[in-house]
Amino acid sequence: MKQHHDFHVDSTRYLDDHGNALGDLPPQAEDTERTLAAYRNMVLTRTFDAKTIALQRTGKCGTYPSVLGHEVIGTAIGQSLAKTDVFVPYYRDQAVHILRGATLLELLLYWGGDERGSAWKNCPEDLPIAVPIATQCCHAVGVASAFRIRGEDRAVVCCVGDGGTSKGDFLESINLAGAWHLPVVFVVINNQWAISTPRAIQTGAETIAQKAISAGLPGHIVDGNDYFAAVEALDTALDRARAGKGGAVIEAVTYRLGDHTTADDATRYRSAEELKKAWEKDGVKRLQNYLHNTGFWSPNKEKALQAECKQTVEKAVEVYLATDPEPPTAMLDFLFESLPAALVGQRERIAAKFRGGASGGGQ
Amino acid sequence: MSVPEIREVTLVEAVNMALAWEMGQDENVVVLGEDVATNGGVFRATVGLKERFGFKRVMDTPLAENLIAGTAVGMATQGLKPVAEFQFMGFIYAGMEQIVSHAARMRNRTRGRLHCPIVYRAPFGGGIHAPEHHSESTEALFAHIPGLRVVIPSSPQRAYGLLLAAIRNPDPVVFLEPKRIYRAVTQSVPNNGEALPLDTCFTLREGDDVTLITWGACVQETLQAATRLIEQGVSSEVIDVATVSPLDRETLLCSVAKTGRAVIVHEACRNGGVGAEIAASIAESAFLDLQAPVVRVTGYDTIMPYYRNEQAYLPQVSDIIEAVEQVIAL
Repeated sequence: MKQHHDFHVDSTRYLDDHGNALGDLPPQAEDTERTLAAYRNMVLTRTFDAKTIALQRTGKCGTYPSVLGHEVIGTAIGQSLAKTDVFVPYYRDQAVHILRGATLLELLLYWGGDERGSAWKNCPEDLPIAVPIATQCCHAVGVASAFRIRGEDRAVVCCVGDGGTSKGDFLESINLAGAWHLPVVFVVINNQWAISTPRAIQTGAETIAQKAISAGLPGHIVDGNDYFAAVEALDTALDRARAGKGGAVIEAVTYRLGDHTTADDATRYRSAEELKKAWEKDGVKRLQNYLHNTGFWSPNKEKALQAECKQTVEKAVEVYLATDPEPPTAMLDFLFESLPAALVGQRERIAAKFRGGASGGGQ
Repeated sequence: MSVPEIREVTLVEAVNMALAWEMGQDENVVVLGEDVATNGGVFRATVGLKERFGFKRVMDTPLAENLIAGTAVGMATQGLKPVAEFQFMGFIYAGMEQIVSHAARMRNRTRGRLHCPIVYRAPFGGGIHAPEHHSESTEALFAHIPGLRVVIPSSPQRAYGLLLAAIRNPDPVVFLEPKRIYRAVTQSVPNNGEALPLDTCFTLREGDDVTLITWGACVQETLQAATRLIEQGVSSEVIDVATVSPLDRETLLCSVAKTGRAVIVHEACRNGGVGAEIAASIAESAFLDLQAPVVRVTGYDTIMPYYRNEQAYLPQVSDIIEAVEQVIAL
């Protein structure tokens, strides 16, 4: 009998839970400047996250999905992507967006109910935040197809959650990436929870990474809370993709330390004990410990960084809170390149109804 | 300047001609779908394109409509102008989420940063003795979606001109091709790259007594009815709506103001059909011009019957004449 399948899926981890090297570190660890920049982005993301939740709790922001626990994998993605690459996000990628150049103000505007929050002047080719689960995977292969058609050595990173891998969009897209040899890296942020549905009942497969094999792509697992493991996997997969060697699936194992969104209460479905254990594996603290242990960090530096991040976030929040809503007529102004004759009357009615400013709820 | 080639072509050949013209003019135009490359499409709409423009621009996709719809979105955000084919409209629903939640919204949700110049082509409608799921007319589903254009040609000339316009349009267009008349008639079409306007009705025949409003394959029966009605002394104005969303209400309302009567003909179900929107617009804006209630001649509110009974479902010339007689009598 001929054996057709004999696959294996590797997983990588370099730091233990306390930030001590488990063995030799990858070459990325020699770039201290990059590592320090990564740590700064993680702290900034976490500071932004806490502040945005506070804004929501006080009625100053809409429903918001916390990124707590995803800072490490997000930062690795943001650092590995070249400016000319394209990022295709889901909705919990704040750490990546900040590195791509989306401003904190724009992120606040998006979750604060303002379409200008996706206008992203600094990363104009990145796809906007995608709320319908896994639908962005199809866009990612489309973007990668455009690069392939034009013969450009650019690559795409697409994020999707563990829940999203159950959708056809993900499976159809990795299938196309394999069939067409596309320069796209899918990063499955496996944070163990799809709202209240645990990873164990999302799929019968032992790992999510092994789904890549069915599509003809390599699949790899990384500890998503281990900065060096994450950034090495991303650097390798993206270099490979840009060199025309095809795509990959990376399963980044992490944990959603917050609720699904501010409208969710995770205590309804997961134990305090599980959450406590997950905090022990927190990747931000882990990298801080590593930097301490290797002599690149100190309590004073930490204090200064915390203060700087707080100030950066406060400044963005100040502008956000002072930003007036768009005029109500804007709801028609970006629907088509130019307003069809059929809609001119509706736009005039809106303008007349809200003459002399307005909005803030359309009173 | 050389004289453009004028060919006597069918509607599906006109589609092919427009695709070939625009791919020759604009390297950003790409074609993707199931069986579109080597096989040239199940209706042969894309025949010869792979040979001329290569596999990179004429792509056979895996068999996944949702993927086709979404891949086109990703391509479009990076400056390509994808023309994506769904083999039959009955299979477009798997791609609905991508069309509705992404293609139609991309420009709005990024405040103009990204946009989707996509044409989603699909053969639609009944009358060719096709199997189940191959005969539906669900244009109203798409006409309801803000941010989409829904364009339906009804002749070889309009297929050529409107498809060129749809490809050049910077926003997504659902382009529905009435397959019942894919090969029913031929017309001389100059292959000169001249587009026809979108968002505009075409008045195919001028008349004074009644306005017959229709689109797609039903244009054929409506024109036949208009010819027969002349014998009864009734002069009909026949309008091909062509872009069913956004609607060119002005042309429709001006015609109704002139004739005082309107009969709307479409083969889709009546309930919530585009005919209902047109009738409502006439009621809102031309009520006082009407000498009789607006009448609709449509398919029934049921599942498209399998082909033994499809003619019993589709509006016939006699149905249209009967409706006109009804409004003229009032």
